[in-house]
Amino acid sequence: MIKFDNIHKSFGANQVLRGVDLTLERGQSMVIIGGSGTGKSVLIKTVLGLITPEIGKIYVDGQDVTQAKRDNFLSQFGMLFQGGALFDSMPVWQNVAFRLQRGHLKRPKAEAREIAIEKLRRVGLAPDVADRLPAELSGGMQKRVSLARAIAAEPEIIFFDEPTTGLDPIMSRVINELIREIVVEMGVTAMTITHDMTSVQTIADKVAMLHGGVIQWCGTRDDMAHSGDPHVDQFVHGRAKGPIETLC
Amino acid sequence: MSATIISAIRALGRLVLRALAGLGQVVLFAGSTLTHIVRPPFYPREFFSALMNVGYLSLPVVGLTAIFTGAALALQIYSGGSRFNAPEVVPQIVAIGMVRELGPVLVGLMIAARVTSSIAAELATMKVTEQIDALVTLSTAPLKYLVMPRVLAGILAGAILVAVADSIGIFGGFAVATQILGFNSTTYILNTINFLTGEDIISSLAKGAAFGFIATLMGCYFGLNSGRGAQGVGAATKSSVQAAAVLILTANLLLTAVFFTA
Repeated sequence: MIKFDNIHKSFGANQVLRGVDLTLERGQSMVIIGGSGTGKSVLIKTVLGLITPEIGKIYVDGQDVTQAKRDNFLSQFGMLFQGGALFDSMPVWQNVAFRLQRGHLKRPKAEAREIAIEKLRRVGLAPDVADRLPAELSGGMQKRVSLARAIAAEPEIIFFDEPTTGLDPIMSRVINELIREIVVEMGVTAMTITHDMTSVQTIADKVAMLHGGVIQWCGTRDDMAHSGDPHVDQFVHGRAKGPIETLC
Repeated sequence: MSATIISAIRALGRLVLRALAGLGQVVLFAGSTLTHIVRPPFYPREFFSALMNVGYLSLPVVGLTAIFTGAALALQIYSGGSRFNAPEVVPQIVAIGMVRELGPVLVGLMIAARVTSSIAAELATMKVTEQIDALVTLSTAPLKYLVMPRVLAGILAGAILVAVADSIGIFGGFAVATQILGFNSTTYILNTINFLTGEDIISSLAKGAAFGFIATLMGCYFGLNSGRGAQGVGAATKSSVQAAAVLILTANLLLTAVFFTA
């Protein structure tokens, strides 16, 4: 279980998170929606220890990760970054097997490569991609590689940051379905950030909307259509007019 | 006191405070890096890759710089020495000039130009593309995986490059002196060997190691602390080279004072 308890975070004068309270149960797939710059990525990064909240605590299975040594809990997390964040100096298989070549998860090189190729296959990539550099791949292929890297060490919790950004509608659907399949198949807990309502429909068990630095609404995917919250309604239907300010 | 003077003093104060804060951050960064040298895990592959980049690939530019400088130095000393009837001091002055000062400083500045900039640009790009965050989420400390191998390689390569630059620079002086200025080659070599002391060579290598440390550390520091986007990468690269060059020249003065005035 992941529990955010009263999370506050500012960047200079910009107070991004103003008391986020949110709970995600084990094995659940939660999607966080919200406008650009509302702090969705910041929220994920606070769990991973990449950003430290000023106030509040984050519990993973009862352990406060804001106080814990980062190395102690990172091995149970996988993360798909918005831009892929693949290491461009190393071939695809080494990207995928990065965690399997270091630390307590270290495997012999041949075995790590074999696992990487198996994970590449799982995300729909041919083994011959393994020796190519990330720069030689299309955006969709890079997302798949990033997904393969996120699942390579078989984590218990996976974070997906804008998994379909920059992809065409067909590739977006492919990635969404792949994420759903993997989440169900591995039985992992998943937290996804997206603007893409197709992603929400495909991936989410639960949906939370972040607005004004707090969780504006939280419910099941089916409840979202009749949430009764004007912010959620406006966002889901993509209306320019409503309670969410569209002026920058 | 007029308002203009007060605001000028305020601006100067802010500048000094900012510079001191920046220096403090660099010192803390250097301290953290050095503590990682003795703590596992170690990344030998990254170290050798950095050694190749910092050391081996810098050899052509260092060699060319050294040979031309040594040759020009011989011509200058011959010309200057002739003014007070002492043109025969060319071997000694070329040797001492190259080993004590020019070799280390030229190597330091060449590493700053070639390596500091490339490290800063590489790490800054990794930062803006979230590769540094990805490293962290993959349970790998950037300081250990990215910084320490580069800094260690900088220390070792700096010393080796200085030894190479000193030798090639002296050879440049030797070539000009024997081929153009009419010096006897055996006498030139003997004068060079007899004049240089162990202290000269140790100070030269120590300076090379120190300058290699500064150059790589600055590249890493500014790369990991870069701003966003292409502008952030550009600014980090520029600042890293400026800071490395200034710190190398400052360290050169301090080390010279330590080695030769104590």
